[in-house]
Amino acid sequence: MNEQPVYSLDTLRSRQPRFRGLESGHRACQGCGEALAARLTTEAAGPDVVVANATGCLEVFSTPWPQSAWRLPWVHSVFGNVAAVAAGMEAALKQQGRATQVVAFAGDGGTFDIGFQALSGMMERGHNVLFVCFDNEAYMNTGVQRSGSTPHAAMTTTSPPGKVRMGKRHMKKDILSIIAAHHIPYAATASVAYTSDLRKKVRRAMDTEGASFLQIHSPCPLGWGHDGAATIEVARLAVQTGLFPIIEMERGELIGTLPIREPRPVSDYLRLQNRFRHLFADDYRARKELEHLQAIADRNIERFELRGIRPESYDTEGADTVHRGGDRWA
Amino acid sequence: MPQALEGSQALARAVAMCRPQVVAAYPITPQTHIVEGIARLVADGQFECEMVSVESEHSAASVALGAAVAGSRAYTASASQGILLMAEVLYDIAGLRVPLVMTCANRALSGPLNIWNDQQDSMSMRDSGWIQLYCATNQEAVDTTIQAFRIAERCELPVMVCVDGFTLTHTLEPLEIPAQEQVDSFLPPYRFRHGLDPAEPRSLGTLVGPEHFTEVRHAHHQALLRAQAEIAQADADWGAVSGRQYGGLLEVRGDADSGLGILTLGSVLGTLEDAMDEDPGLPRARFLKLRSFRPFPAQALREACAGLDTLIVLERALSPGAGGIVGPEVQAALAQLPTRPRVHNFAAGLGGRDLSLDLYARLVTAATSEGDPAPFAIIDADPSLLPEEDR
Repeated sequence: MNEQPVYSLDTLRSRQPRFRGLESGHRACQGCGEALAARLTTEAAGPDVVVANATGCLEVFSTPWPQSAWRLPWVHSVFGNVAAVAAGMEAALKQQGRATQVVAFAGDGGTFDIGFQALSGMMERGHNVLFVCFDNEAYMNTGVQRSGSTPHAAMTTTSPPGKVRMGKRHMKKDILSIIAAHHIPYAATASVAYTSDLRKKVRRAMDTEGASFLQIHSPCPLGWGHDGAATIEVARLAVQTGLFPIIEMERGELIGTLPIREPRPVSDYLRLQNRFRHLFADDYRARKELEHLQAIADRNIERFELRGIRPESYDTEGADTVHRGGDRWA
Repeated sequence: MPQALEGSQALARAVAMCRPQVVAAYPITPQTHIVEGIARLVADGQFECEMVSVESEHSAASVALGAAVAGSRAYTASASQGILLMAEVLYDIAGLRVPLVMTCANRALSGPLNIWNDQQDSMSMRDSGWIQLYCATNQEAVDTTIQAFRIAERCELPVMVCVDGFTLTHTLEPLEIPAQEQVDSFLPPYRFRHGLDPAEPRSLGTLVGPEHFTEVRHAHHQALLRAQAEIAQADADWGAVSGRQYGGLLEVRGDADSGLGILTLGSVLGTLEDAMDEDPGLPRARFLKLRSFRPFPAQALREACAGLDTLIVLERALSPGAGGIVGPEVQAALAQLPTRPRVHNFAAGLGGRDLSLDLYARLVTAATSEGDPAPFAIIDADPSLLPEEDR
């Protein structure tokens, strides 16, 4: 039997290509979009950061006492107050004259719903905090219940399709427009499928003085009902269909988009996920809902002028998909 | 030299002297004058801090929590519905053992809406794991606020300083504001030992399963019990600095030789003392001023009750469906004494009802009258205002 070399934690860390705020060994599901998004975010944000984390999967899978996957100083308080906790941390660090920056992490519940008031207050007061929403479009930590971010017609345990209902009855809350109305210096959407774009946005937000907001589309294999290996594909299709537009805003003005050269039909995205399975039944109402979702995607493409026009040499997956803007890797 | 100051203004100045680096608060009657006073000191450059004017009490408590874990001395203030709104954060602050100080300007809870004083708001947070200190006068509130920061920081527990709304907060009376040097000598600069620092990353508020949670609660319980020594010590040490002391956990006043005792919390004590002093014809009473409700000073209480044959527990809060809140705790603490006083539990002054001098005579009469008295009564309820079946 071969002797396995034993490495110290320090050795392993020194061999990592870059700083990791969230270490491996946590307990997220295979293919978890949120774990990937959190790792990418903390890598880009760097080591001189303190993290406030709302209740949710990220807290639960990363910190089962006595273990912790966080290499950054990290605090969790309750579900609805992460923006306020982050604001308090920022106020303290500012008063102490320290350069350490504050990042707040929340899921869509801690952002769109229960955490919204604290988020709005934090942005209104202009705390120098980056608020990151890992948007997996439902309450996944409690077993897939609908949230203000759940897309129209999606199946969750509290919006099940049945004889008279076709999944969630309400639209996904347009959080970016609401954020934009706060006129904060920087707000953007990002996707785990476009990692360099995501990193670039984190760095931009960290360099911005004042409140910044990043909504990262993070597929949940368990809640969405797709193969764990398909997380990136699913995330990319959400962008390519126009259902999750990737945009950037400064003080409420749209300043950048990730254009889509050949938009894909929404059914390409929906078909991969169990939560939309009922929309593919042989049913008049299912067809109407599919049309509705296609109309939402078309409207996004029109509203943000997402349709690209020229081939782009730096695209990651063929010349006919996305354009990253600019001529340099982020 | 004594100055005539409104209670809230005096408290604002006391808070500023403690040099909290972050103050977060949301206005709520009757706490408003405290944050207004602090805001004015900040605006005039007399007090340097990050003052965060938040959008709710939930966020006020959260900002204070965030500031404390980031290593700053933090303060907030609230009352009534505000305490209820921040309830989940208050439990969290205590459970995470975050040291900070809050003033609770005691006020009744809704519904129906009532903005006046009783103590059900802080009593509703009885089991949150905060230290709760009740003040009888504005001078005591000023001095207790200064002591509270030291207790919080030494015990790594949050401290709630409970001050009767309006009765104290809005009352102008002469009191001594300590010198800044006195406060500085008592309260050195502080940095939370378990605070957040990128140089030494630490995870606070992690998920704790059943295999460890019991021990977390046990340690929290022990910390509160141990805090009794620190509360008494802070009172004694501040007494050495300022010349004013309040009995630590519990103070015995009035006629120490009397077999009749009256235990109260907060400002009603002054009324009872005046009533007894003004009418020599009334029976004398030994007053037990309960200052620390949490931790509950069971041992100090048993000692203070030596020789009593009747103890009246008078409280300004009600637990509907049970009766008193403090009364049963007093009875439980005395239960193990071989000879113990009969305990009569009364509530009075709910929702700001005036507590006049005749309260003393009514209490004494009710407790010493012939027959077996009811275990609990709202002594100042007016039957003529009640429907027949509720009388």
